Amino acid sequence: MTVRVQTADFDIGVEINQLRQARKDIGAVVSFVGLVRDLNDGDIVSQLTLEHYPGMTEKSLAAIIQQAKSRWNIMDALIVHRVGTLQPSDQIVLVIVTSAHRGDAFSACEFMMDYLKTEAPFWKKEANSAGEHWVEAKSADDTARDRWSIEE
Amino acid sequence: MKIKLFYFARLKETLKYSTEDLELPDDALTILKLKSVLAKRGDVWGQMLMGKLKVRAAINHELVDDKAVINDGDEVAFFPPVTGG
Repeated sequence: MTVRVQTADFDIGVEINQLRQARKDIGAVVSFVGLVRDLNDGDIVSQLTLEHYPGMTEKSLAAIIQQAKSRWNIMDALIVHRVGTLQPSDQIVLVIVTSAHRGDAFSACEFMMDYLKTEAPFWKKEANSAGEHWVEAKSADDTARDRWSIEE
Repeated sequence: MKIKLFYFARLKETLKYSTEDLELPDDALTILKLKSVLAKRGDVWGQMLMGKLKVRAAINHELVDDKAVINDGDEVAFFPPVTGG
Protein backbone atom coordinates (compact mmCIF):
# COMPACT_ATOMS: atom_id res chain seq x y z
CA MET A 1 0.00 0.00 0.00
CA THR A 2 1.45 3.33 -1.09
CA VAL A 3 0.38 6.92 -0.59
CA ARG A 4 2.21 9.89 -2.09
CA VAL A 5 1.52 13.62 -2.19
CA GLN A 6 3.87 15.33 -4.63
CA THR A 7 4.32 18.28 -6.96
CA ALA A 8 5.89 16.11 -9.67
CA ASP A 9 3.89 14.40 -12.42
CA PHE A 10 3.41 10.61 -12.41
CA ASP A 11 3.63 7.84 -15.00
CA ILE A 12 0.77 5.38 -14.73
CA GLY A 13 2.72 2.65 -16.59
CA VAL A 14 5.63 2.83 -14.17
CA GLU A 15 3.30 2.78 -11.18
CA ILE A 16 1.30 -0.22 -12.43
CA ASN A 17 4.48 -2.18 -13.15
CA GLN A 18 5.78 -1.47 -9.68
CA LEU A 19 2.55 -2.65 -8.08
CA ARG A 20 2.53 -5.85 -10.14
CA GLN A 21 6.19 -6.63 -9.56
CA ALA A 22 6.96 -10.10 -8.24
CA ARG A 23 3.32 -11.09 -7.90
CA LYS A 24 1.71 -13.70 -10.10
CA ASP A 25 -1.59 -13.95 -8.25
CA ILE A 26 -2.91 -10.61 -9.54
CA GLY A 27 -5.76 -11.09 -12.00
CA ALA A 28 -7.01 -7.51 -12.27
CA VAL A 29 -5.59 -4.00 -12.23
CA VAL A 30 -8.02 -1.07 -12.15
CA SER A 31 -6.78 2.51 -12.32
CA PHE A 32 -8.25 6.00 -12.30
CA VAL A 33 -6.51 9.19 -13.42
CA GLY A 34 -8.03 12.60 -12.69
CA LEU A 35 -7.12 15.49 -15.00
CA VAL A 36 -7.42 19.28 -14.87
CA ARG A 37 -10.24 20.37 -17.21
CA ASP A 38 -10.00 23.64 -19.11
CA LEU A 39 -13.67 24.40 -18.48
CA ASN A 40 -15.42 24.52 -15.09
CA ASP A 41 -18.93 25.92 -14.47
CA GLY A 42 -18.78 27.66 -17.85
CA ASP A 43 -15.48 29.44 -17.27
CA ILE A 44 -12.17 28.81 -18.99
CA VAL A 45 -9.70 27.63 -16.37
CA SER A 46 -6.19 28.88 -16.93
CA GLN A 47 -4.58 27.37 -13.85
CA LEU A 48 -5.31 25.28 -10.77
CA THR A 49 -3.44 25.45 -7.46
CA LEU A 50 -3.77 22.65 -4.95
CA GLU A 51 -3.09 23.00 -1.25
CA HIS A 52 -2.99 20.20 1.33
CA TYR A 53 -2.46 19.58 5.05
CA PRO A 54 0.91 17.84 5.32
CA GLY A 55 0.63 14.90 7.69
CA MET A 56 -3.15 14.70 7.83
CA THR A 57 -3.55 14.30 4.08
CA GLU A 58 -1.22 11.29 3.94
CA LYS A 59 -2.92 9.71 6.98
CA SER A 60 -6.34 10.24 5.50
CA LEU A 61 -5.33 8.66 2.16
CA ALA A 62 -3.83 5.67 4.01
CA ALA A 63 -7.07 5.33 6.01
CA ILE A 64 -9.09 5.31 2.77
CA ILE A 65 -6.97 2.42 1.44
CA GLN A 66 -7.41 0.56 4.75
CA GLN A 67 -11.18 0.95 4.51
CA ALA A 68 -11.17 -0.35 0.94
CA LYS A 69 -9.05 -3.31 2.05
CA SER A 70 -11.49 -4.18 4.80
CA ARG A 71 -14.46 -4.08 2.40
CA TRP A 72 -13.10 -5.76 -0.72
CA ASN A 73 -10.75 -8.56 -1.48
CA ILE A 74 -7.93 -6.47 -2.92
CA MET A 75 -4.22 -7.15 -2.90
CA ASP A 76 -2.62 -3.77 -3.10
CA ALA A 77 -3.51 -0.13 -3.72
CA LEU A 78 -1.75 3.10 -4.50
CA ILE A 79 -2.83 6.73 -4.34
CA VAL A 80 -0.74 9.56 -5.81
CA HIS A 81 -2.09 13.10 -5.51
CA ARG A 82 -0.38 16.17 -6.88
CA VAL A 83 -0.23 19.57 -5.18
CA GLY A 84 1.04 22.96 -6.30
CA THR A 85 0.23 24.71 -9.55
CA LEU A 86 -1.25 22.71 -12.44
CA GLN A 87 -2.40 23.56 -15.97
CA PRO A 88 -5.39 22.26 -17.97
CA SER A 89 -4.87 18.63 -19.10
CA ASP A 90 -2.31 18.01 -16.32
CA GLN A 91 -2.76 14.85 -14.26
CA ILE A 92 -3.94 15.51 -10.68
CA VAL A 93 -4.68 12.17 -9.07
CA LEU A 94 -3.94 8.50 -9.61
CA VAL A 95 -5.59 5.51 -7.92
CA ILE A 96 -4.53 1.94 -8.73
CA VAL A 97 -6.00 -1.21 -7.22
CA THR A 98 -4.91 -4.82 -7.78
CA SER A 99 -6.95 -7.91 -6.98
CA ALA A 100 -7.51 -11.49 -8.09
CA HIS A 101 -10.79 -10.67 -9.85
CA ARG A 102 -12.05 -7.48 -11.49
CA GLY A 103 -15.17 -6.91 -9.37
CA ASP A 104 -13.28 -6.11 -6.19
CA ALA A 105 -10.78 -3.85 -7.96
CA PHE A 106 -13.50 -1.87 -9.80
CA SER A 107 -15.53 -1.27 -6.65
CA ALA A 108 -12.54 -0.46 -4.43
CA CYS A 109 -11.15 2.03 -6.95
CA GLU A 110 -14.44 3.92 -7.22
CA PHE A 111 -14.93 3.84 -3.45
CA MET A 112 -11.45 5.27 -2.89
CA MET A 113 -12.02 8.14 -5.32
CA ASP A 114 -15.41 8.98 -3.78
CA TYR A 115 -13.88 9.06 -0.30
CA LEU A 116 -10.82 10.99 -1.42
CA LYS A 117 -13.00 13.73 -2.90
CA THR A 118 -14.91 14.24 0.35
CA GLU A 119 -12.51 13.26 3.16
CA ALA A 120 -8.91 13.96 2.16
CA PRO A 121 -7.73 17.49 3.01
CA PHE A 122 -6.98 19.03 -0.40
CA TRP A 123 -8.25 22.40 -1.60
CA LYS A 124 -8.35 23.70 -5.16
CA LYS A 125 -7.95 27.30 -6.20
CA GLU A 126 -8.94 28.07 -9.76
CA ALA A 127 -7.71 30.90 -11.95
CA ASN A 128 -9.83 32.18 -14.84
CA SER A 129 -10.36 35.45 -16.69
CA ALA A 130 -12.13 36.89 -13.60
CA GLY A 131 -9.18 36.15 -11.33
CA GLU A 132 -8.60 33.52 -8.67
CA HIS A 133 -11.19 31.81 -6.49
CA TRP A 134 -11.43 28.80 -4.18
CA VAL A 135 -13.41 25.93 -5.66
CA GLU A 136 -16.59 25.17 -3.65
CA ALA A 137 -17.29 21.64 -2.43
CA LYS A 138 -20.09 19.92 -4.37
CA SER A 139 -22.98 18.15 -2.69
CA ALA A 140 -22.93 15.63 -5.57
CA ASP A 141 -19.57 14.44 -4.21
CA ASP A 142 -21.13 13.83 -0.77
CA THR A 143 -23.95 11.89 -2.44
CA ALA A 144 -21.39 9.79 -4.34
CA ARG A 145 -19.63 8.95 -1.09
CA ASP A 146 -22.82 8.28 0.86
CA ARG A 147 -23.98 5.53 -1.49
CA TRP A 148 -21.14 3.40 -0.07
CA SER A 149 -22.41 3.66 3.50
CA ILE A 150 -23.27 0.27 4.94
CA GLU A 151 -26.84 -0.13 6.20
CA GLU A 152 -26.70 -1.32 9.80
CA MET B 1 -3.18 24.61 28.20
CA LYS B 2 -1.23 25.11 25.03
CA ILE B 3 -2.41 24.12 21.59
CA LYS B 4 -1.11 24.51 18.06
CA LEU B 5 -3.51 25.86 15.46
CA PHE B 6 -3.43 25.53 11.67
CA TYR B 7 -5.60 27.22 9.05
CA PHE B 8 -5.91 26.18 5.42
CA ALA B 9 -7.17 27.42 2.06
CA ARG B 10 -9.72 30.28 2.24
CA LEU B 11 -9.36 30.53 6.03
CA LYS B 12 -5.59 30.86 5.87
CA GLU B 13 -5.86 33.51 3.18
CA THR B 14 -8.58 35.59 4.82
CA LEU B 15 -7.32 35.35 8.40
CA LYS B 16 -3.74 35.91 7.21
CA TYR B 17 -2.59 33.14 9.54
CA SER B 18 -1.31 29.72 8.60
CA THR B 19 -0.35 28.60 12.09
CA GLU B 20 -0.18 29.91 15.66
CA ASP B 21 0.48 28.70 19.20
CA LEU B 22 -2.29 29.51 21.60
CA GLU B 23 -2.36 29.50 25.40
CA LEU B 24 -5.84 29.01 26.86
CA PRO B 25 -7.42 28.55 30.29
CA ASP B 26 -7.53 24.91 31.34
CA ASP B 27 -11.34 24.64 31.22
CA ALA B 28 -12.98 21.99 29.12
CA LEU B 29 -12.53 23.23 25.58
CA THR B 30 -14.54 21.99 22.63
CA ILE B 31 -14.12 22.90 18.96
CA LEU B 32 -17.25 25.06 19.18
CA LYS B 33 -15.89 26.92 22.23
CA LEU B 34 -12.54 27.47 20.53
CA LYS B 35 -14.31 28.86 17.45
CA SER B 36 -16.25 31.32 19.61
CA VAL B 37 -13.04 32.39 21.40
CA LEU B 38 -11.32 33.02 18.05
CA ALA B 39 -14.41 34.75 16.61
CA LYS B 40 -14.06 37.41 19.34
CA ARG B 41 -10.93 38.65 17.58
CA GLY B 42 -13.46 40.41 15.39
CA ASP B 43 -14.46 40.94 11.81
CA VAL B 44 -13.10 38.28 9.47
CA TRP B 45 -12.55 35.88 12.39
CA GLY B 46 -16.25 35.85 13.19
CA GLN B 47 -17.20 35.63 9.52
CA MET B 48 -14.81 32.76 8.83
CA LEU B 49 -15.38 30.65 11.96
CA MET B 50 -18.95 31.39 13.11
CA GLY B 51 -20.50 32.72 9.90
CA LYS B 52 -22.41 31.13 7.04
CA LEU B 53 -19.41 29.36 5.54
CA LYS B 54 -18.96 25.72 6.38
CA VAL B 55 -15.85 25.08 8.43
CA ARG B 56 -14.43 21.67 9.14
CA ALA B 57 -12.11 20.92 12.03
CA ALA B 58 -9.45 18.34 12.81
CA ILE B 59 -7.76 17.42 16.08
CA ASN B 60 -4.40 15.67 15.71
CA HIS B 61 -5.14 14.95 12.02
CA GLU B 62 -8.58 13.39 12.65
CA LEU B 63 -11.75 15.05 11.33
CA VAL B 64 -13.99 15.98 14.27
CA ASP B 65 -17.28 17.77 14.91
CA ASP B 66 -18.08 20.82 17.06
CA LYS B 67 -18.50 18.74 20.24
CA ALA B 68 -14.99 17.26 20.14
CA VAL B 69 -12.86 18.02 23.22
CA ILE B 70 -9.43 19.61 22.84
CA ASN B 71 -6.61 18.63 25.20
CA ASP B 72 -3.28 20.18 26.16
CA GLY B 73 -0.71 19.79 23.39
CA ASP B 74 -3.27 19.03 20.66
CA GLU B 75 -2.86 20.15 17.07
CA VAL B 76 -6.12 21.73 15.90
CA ALA B 77 -6.88 22.72 12.31
CA PHE B 78 -9.71 24.67 10.68
CA PHE B 79 -10.43 24.49 6.96
CA PRO B 80 -13.23 24.64 4.37
CA PRO B 81 -14.90 21.47 3.01
CA VAL B 82 -12.31 19.62 0.93
CA THR B 83 -12.14 19.80 -2.87
CA GLY B 84 -9.38 17.43 -3.97
CA GLY B 85 -9.35 14.70 -6.60
